[in-house]
Amino acid sequence: MRARPRRLTRTEARGARAATGFLLPFLALFLLCFIAPIGYALYQSLLKVERTGPLGLGGETTQVWAGLSNYAHALQDDRFTAGFGRVLLFGAVQIPVMIAFATALALLLEAASARWVGFFRTAFFLPYGVPGVIASILWGFLYVPGISPLVEMAHSAGWDVDFLGRGAVLWSIANIVTWQFTGYNMLVLIAQLKAIPGELYEAARIDGASAWQVARHIKLPLIRPALVLTTVFSLIGTLQLFAEPKVLKPLSNSIDSGYTPNLAAYNEAFTSNNQHIAAAEAVLLALVACVLSFGFLRLVGQRGKDGERG
Amino acid sequence: MSKPNDLSQPPLRHRIVTVALLTVAAIYFLTPVYWLVVSSTKSSSDLFGTFGFWFHDPHPLDYLHRVLSYDDGVYVRWFANSLMYAGVGALAATLLSAAAGYALATFRFPGREGIFNVILAGVLIPGTALALPLYLLFSEIGLANTYWAVLIPSVVSPFGVYLCRIYAAAAVPGSLLEAARIDGAGEARIFSTLGLRLMTPALVTVFLFQFVHIWNNFFLPLVMLSDSDLYPIQLGLTSWQGYADRQPELYQYTVGGALLSVLPLMVLMGVLQRYWRTGLTEGSVKA
Repeated sequence: MRARPRRLTRTEARGARAATGFLLPFLALFLLCFIAPIGYALYQSLLKVERTGPLGLGGETTQVWAGLSNYAHALQDDRFTAGFGRVLLFGAVQIPVMIAFATALALLLEAASARWVGFFRTAFFLPYGVPGVIASILWGFLYVPGISPLVEMAHSAGWDVDFLGRGAVLWSIANIVTWQFTGYNMLVLIAQLKAIPGELYEAARIDGASAWQVARHIKLPLIRPALVLTTVFSLIGTLQLFAEPKVLKPLSNSIDSGYTPNLAAYNEAFTSNNQHIAAAEAVLLALVACVLSFGFLRLVGQRGKDGERG
Repeated sequence: MSKPNDLSQPPLRHRIVTVALLTVAAIYFLTPVYWLVVSSTKSSSDLFGTFGFWFHDPHPLDYLHRVLSYDDGVYVRWFANSLMYAGVGALAATLLSAAAGYALATFRFPGREGIFNVILAGVLIPGTALALPLYLLFSEIGLANTYWAVLIPSVVSPFGVYLCRIYAAAAVPGSLLEAARIDGAGEARIFSTLGLRLMTPALVTVFLFQFVHIWNNFFLPLVMLSDSDLYPIQLGLTSWQGYADRQPELYQYTVGGALLSVLPLMVLMGVLQRYWRTGLTEGSVKA
C-alpha cells in the first residue's frame, strides 16, 4: 500500500516530462501560427496610422493608439456589414440544402444494390479533390455567356438565364460550394451509418417498418453527431468564403470589393493599404465564426438532452 | 452483414428509383469535369466558338505541351511547388500531430485538458481569418514571400491532434506501454516503435486531410507570396486567368492547366476514399 502511491507519483512526473517533449514542437508552432496572429491582430486593430508632415501630407507616418475606432469604422461601413449579412443568408440557405442533399445521397447509397455503390460514391466524392479556385474557374466558364454550353442550351430552349446577375450570382457561388462539398459530407455520414449495428434494421423490418420509417426513426437520429459535425464545419467554411467571389469578380459586375467579409478584409489590407482596419475586420470575422459554431454546438447539445429526456 | 436476402433486399421498383436518382446526381457532379476534359482539347477560339459539351478538332497532346512549355515551363515549377508544400507540409503535420495527440492520450499530467481544449478551439477558428494577421506578423519578422511563409503554417493541424488523440486513446493500450516501460524502453522509443505503428490508420487520414488542405489552400499563399516563382498551381492559374483578357491563348492554358492540376488529386481520391472512412468516423462519433 505504501509503495504504490510513491511509484505512481514517479510515473506521473516521468509522464509529465515525456509529454512535454512530445507536445513542445506542436505547441511552439501552434503558438506562432494561431495564438500569436490573434494577439497581433488584436494589437494592430487598436492602432491607426497618423501622418506627421505639414498639413498631414508629409511622408512621415507613425502608428498611434486608436482605441476601438477601427472596429467602429468597420461596423459602420455598409459594404462590410452587407457582406456579413450576405454570407449569413448564404449559409442559412446553402448549408441546409447541402446537408440534406448529402444525407439523401448517403441513405440512397446505403439502399442501392452493391454493384453500383462504388462508382456512385467515387463520382460524388470526386469534386472534393478539386480546389475551390479551380472549381470556381471551372464553373466560371460554365456561367459565362459565350463559352458556357449551359447558357447556350438554356437560350436555345427559350430560357433567358443570367448566372452572374445581381440576384443570381450568390446562388451561383452556392452551387460551386455545394458541388464541391456534398460528396465529402456524404462520406462522413456514410461512415457513421456503417457504425450502426445491422441487427437494429433487422429488428425494425421484422416489426414491419418501411424503408422510409427505418430511415426517419433509426438512421437519422443515429447519424446526428455526424450531421452536427458537418454543419459546424460548413458554417466555418461559409464565413470564410473568398476564392469563389474573388475568381468570379472579373466576370460579374454584381460582386464588389466587400462582397464577403474576407474579401473586404483582403482588399482593405492589399488594395486600400489599411492593415489596421483589415486587422479589425479579421478579428470580427474570427469572433463571429467562434460565436456561431459554439452557439450551434450548444443549441444542438441542449436539444439532444431534451430529446433523450422526452 | 450476412443477412437473409428476402429481408435485406428492397423491391425492384425501389431499386430502379434509387439508381435513377443516383444517376441524376452523378450527372450533376461529373458534368463540369466532363466539360473540362472536352475543353482542354480545344484552341482558344474553339473554346468560344464551338459547343462546349462536344469535341471539335481535338489536339490534346499539342495543347498539353503548350501548357507545360509556356513562359519557360513555369507551370511545371508551380506544380513542383504545390507538391513540395503539400507533401512536406502534410508529412511534418502528421508527425507533429501524432506526437501531440499521443502525449495527450497516454500521459496524465496537470493542464492536459486545458491544452487539449485550446487546441480544439483552434479547429473552430477560420483559417483565413488567421492568414491576414499571420502575414502582418511574418512580414514583421521577414518571413513573408518565402517558402517558409506557406510551409510553417501548413504543418500546424489542430484537427490532426484531435484525431490522433481520439485514435490513440482507443488503439494504444496503457498496459502495453506499461509493459514496454518495465522492459526498460525509453518514451521516445516506445512512441516510435509501438505508438506510431498502432496509430497508422489515423496517421494516414491526417496525412491525406492535410495534403488536400494544403494543396487546396488559396488564401494563405495569395496573401504571403508576391514572387510568382514561389506560387503553387492555384495561384499561378488565377494569374493566367487574370491576364487572359489581354492574351486570349491564356484561356486555353488555364483550362488545360486546371485539368492537369486536378488529375493527381482525383486519382488519389478515387483510390483512397475507402481508407479515408476510418478516420472520418473517429472524428464524427465524439463531436
